[in-house]
Amino acid sequence: MSDASPNVLSPEIVHREMKKNGVTDVVWLPDSETNWLYLLMKADPDLRLVGVSREGHACSIAAGLSAGGKRPIILIQNTGLMESGDSIRGWLLGLDIPVVLMVGYRGYTRHGVNKDTAATFTERFLNAFGLQYYLVESDADAPRITIAFEEADRTKRPVVILVADEFHGFNR
Amino acid sequence: MMHTAELLEFFKKHRGNAIVVPGRGGRHWVPMSDQPSLDLPMGDPAMGGHAGFAFGVALAQPKRKVVLFDSEGDILMSLGMLVTIAEQAPANFYHFMLDNACYATTGGQPVPNAENVDYAAIARGAGYARAHSYREIDEFKRDLPGILDKPGPVFVALRVYPEVQNEPIGKRRPWQTRTRQEAIEDLRRELGAKG
Repeated sequence: MSDASPNVLSPEIVHREMKKNGVTDVVWLPDSETNWLYLLMKADPDLRLVGVSREGHACSIAAGLSAGGKRPIILIQNTGLMESGDSIRGWLLGLDIPVVLMVGYRGYTRHGVNKDTAATFTERFLNAFGLQYYLVESDADAPRITIAFEEADRTKRPVVILVADEFHGFNR
Repeated sequence: MMHTAELLEFFKKHRGNAIVVPGRGGRHWVPMSDQPSLDLPMGDPAMGGHAGFAFGVALAQPKRKVVLFDSEGDILMSLGMLVTIAEQAPANFYHFMLDNACYATTGGQPVPNAENVDYAAIARGAGYARAHSYREIDEFKRDLPGILDKPGPVFVALRVYPEVQNEPIGKRRPWQTRTRQEAIEDLRRELGAKG
């Protein structure tokens, strides 16, 4: 597969965006779409992977990393995003933590007709929390990842990237 | 059983230059601390997250001891956090837990199975190499210097008297002297950390 495909979001591009934006720590819970990205991150000696067992935990950990001067990113699925509501409120919004949450958009379809309530409620949830978000469907959209980091820094708020590669996720 | 203020007062003598996240011991710790720029009294941003927050600080500042005073109610809400901490095993992380066996800030209702939980055993089972339990202040005072002298992560359960609050939240006297954001900024400035 090419390193820059117009139709999928390749894990190499996502990894490159993380590096470009100075990410030091990935606080994450695996989902079915992130395995190839996981292998890349694991092979990167400059990235620390902090695995959690419930997505809300990622928020307080990221807040602590940020308070201590590191640059975390949170990598979870939309199901876990919704589980994390109170932690996003308290530990990210409440402490003005400039962090990017990269969220797998399970159930996403371009035509909007989905059979998965995880997708049904994702953007409604983000709007309810007043979280800015950007849709990334393919490599061509990857610059939005940097935009999210810049916005998080400027606003001192969490900003969400919805990874909405309908068929591939971060996969090959 | 121990009084939270008394054990914190004793801990203060052995603090050194550790970063302290006082958790639910904050209202006692804030007025007694003589290094506030190294304190992160967050109050209660969202229950269950103190361990993750202090653990994150410990990962970010590996050359500095980070001491957390967690609570059993917070731990019960996030037991899985212990596994994450044990996997990363930050040697600078000292995880104390104030166990009053109840939800003191909501009127003192008991936490589930309050009198029958062995938190040190849970921490050990999650992968902490060292875990201790104390009910008596004299034993705690005897062992604390040794606990802090050895590398972490270590988990220390401390059985304390409940200090139950029944006043409506809006009528409680605030104990924080800085906002959460100010506390974080003060710490970053003190450590020369990026923010």
